Amino acid sequence: MSAAAQGTSKAGHGDVASRKKKGPGALATAYLVIYNVVMTAGWLVIAVGLVRAYLARGSYHGLYYSIEKPLKFFQTGALLEVREALRLRRCCLFRVQGMTFLWSLVSVQSEDSVLLFVTAWTVTEIIRYSFYTFSLLNHLPYLIKWARYTFFIVLYPMGVSGELLTIYAALPYVQKTGLYSVTLPNKYNFSFDYYAFLILVMISYIPLFPQLYFHMIRQRKKVLGHTEDYSKVE
Amino acid sequence: MDILALEAKSQNGAESEKKSTPKPKAKPPKKAKRIVYFEVEIVDLKTKEKLLLLDKVEPTATVLDIKALFHKSYPKWYPARQSLRLDPKGKSLRDEEILQTLPVGTTASFYFSDLGPQLTWGTVFLSECVGPLILYLMFYFRLPFIYSPKYDFTTSKHWVVHLACMCHSFHYMKRILETLFVHRISHGTMPLRNIFKNCGYYWCSAAWMAYYINHPLYTPPYYGQQQINTGLYIFLFCQVGNFSIHIALRNLKSQGSKVKKIPYPTKNPFTWIFWLVSCPNYTYELGSWIGFTVMTQCVPVAFFTLVAFVQMTVWAKGKHRSYLKEFRDYPTLRSSILPFIL
Repeated sequence: MSAAAQGTSKAGHGDVASRKKKGPGALATAYLVIYNVVMTAGWLVIAVGLVRAYLARGSYHGLYYSIEKPLKFFQTGALLEVREALRLRRCCLFRVQGMTFLWSLVSVQSEDSVLLFVTAWTVTEIIRYSFYTFSLLNHLPYLIKWARYTFFIVLYPMGVSGELLTIYAALPYVQKTGLYSVTLPNKYNFSFDYYAFLILVMISYIPLFPQLYFHMIRQRKKVLGHTEDYSKVE
Repeated sequence: MDILALEAKSQNGAESEKKSTPKPKAKPPKKAKRIVYFEVEIVDLKTKEKLLLLDKVEPTATVLDIKALFHKSYPKWYPARQSLRLDPKGKSLRDEEILQTLPVGTTASFYFSDLGPQLTWGTVFLSECVGPLILYLMFYFRLPFIYSPKYDFTTSKHWVVHLACMCHSFHYMKRILETLFVHRISHGTMPLRNIFKNCGYYWCSAAWMAYYINHPLYTPPYYGQQQINTGLYIFLFCQVGNFSIHIALRNLKSQGSKVKKIPYPTKNPFTWIFWLVSCPNYTYELGSWIGFTVMTQCVPVAFFTLVAFVQMTVWAKGKHRSYLKEFRDYPTLRSSILPFIL
């Protein structure tokens, strides 16, 4: 979800990269293409892993275990996009949210909410990274563009719900075990309560999610609206 | 946060003298040369709606004069909150620019945008500093609802906690007094929302630090009295240094003067760092906070110091760059904030 939220900032990055092509941008472009191809492939691996695990087990439970490693790897790897995320601060916060519950999923791995957001992320990321890959190569099929700016309408709420439910489910465990928490006294005179932090994260969804969602809707009107006009003219 | 920062950023210079609006009924043309009056049209940047048409504007009028005229027709938009541009995508014009030197014909079009309510730098500085001062003391005296009720109004048994309170309070008192009496803040303003951003940051940081230092379960520094003394000496040294630099910068120019000068070391040894650094006030400020961190051995303080370092480096680099641009003979040995390093 958080990575998907970054979609808007990555669009800017993609544009910058294609503008850079005129100058010494060939290296930057090559790096970006490779990065996006790798990410697309990675999320495809996760998607395939999910489908295969479901077919093998016949149920949704324990699905998370089968894709845990690649999921953590690619979600963390997307931190490379943080530089661009910092331009749009809300996307950075979403990245924090994404990281947060990924690394706290110890107790809730069999929850349905996990399946919810993992599915939402997987589909979103595959579309998003292929969108960037094709954009960089200047050969973007309309279908991909349409998918990117339409699927989010369902996938974003799906992902956010999944995330929130997962965090909520993890709260009792965090409180009981004091996961990732530091208490006083200690020689660094510092304390951190992961439980309180998670609650803050949940609250932060309230202002952040609508902003992001409506931003994407506006982007959609702008990006898809133009092509509709052109087709009318023709 | 600091005067040097605002001077590097600010496009507005000191106020220029106001000229009286030439009245449509001009004086009888006794002068031999003809003055070509300008016509100024002010257009809204977003809506492109024509807001005001000024005729018979003197060619030697400055942008500030035009803003003053605009203000007369639109009392809500005082000059500090106006941004006038020649090109919708260009930068805002500085107040001291003269009409006839601008690349316009005799009919000039300016694009206006509203910068929003403005506050003077002095106001913002003071609010930024008063908050931490008071908040820290609230934690120091352990007012109710902060810590566990059994600790209300108790005092810490550690000497370093009292020392830290004195240092922190001294630091912000010094800053308040400097804002009132020392800093020559060239006339500049900032948007209203900045005060919320800045104050939020300062006040929350101060509360966060104060919470841990004054906590009943506070642990004194690992290396004991030696570490506390070292931290204290560094802090005091850098406070004196910081003050010396502020005085030196104040003495550089007289009130209202627009002339920019390169700061040089004076007889005061604390200013000798000017040989190596463009913005030693930031260097000393960083030093003070490092001293405070060592003295209290507290992670939130270390974190605050780190953030302050990053922010001051950004400001110092900006100021250093503007010095280099302004003065051809600027000393090459100087770095922006850390000697030889940054």
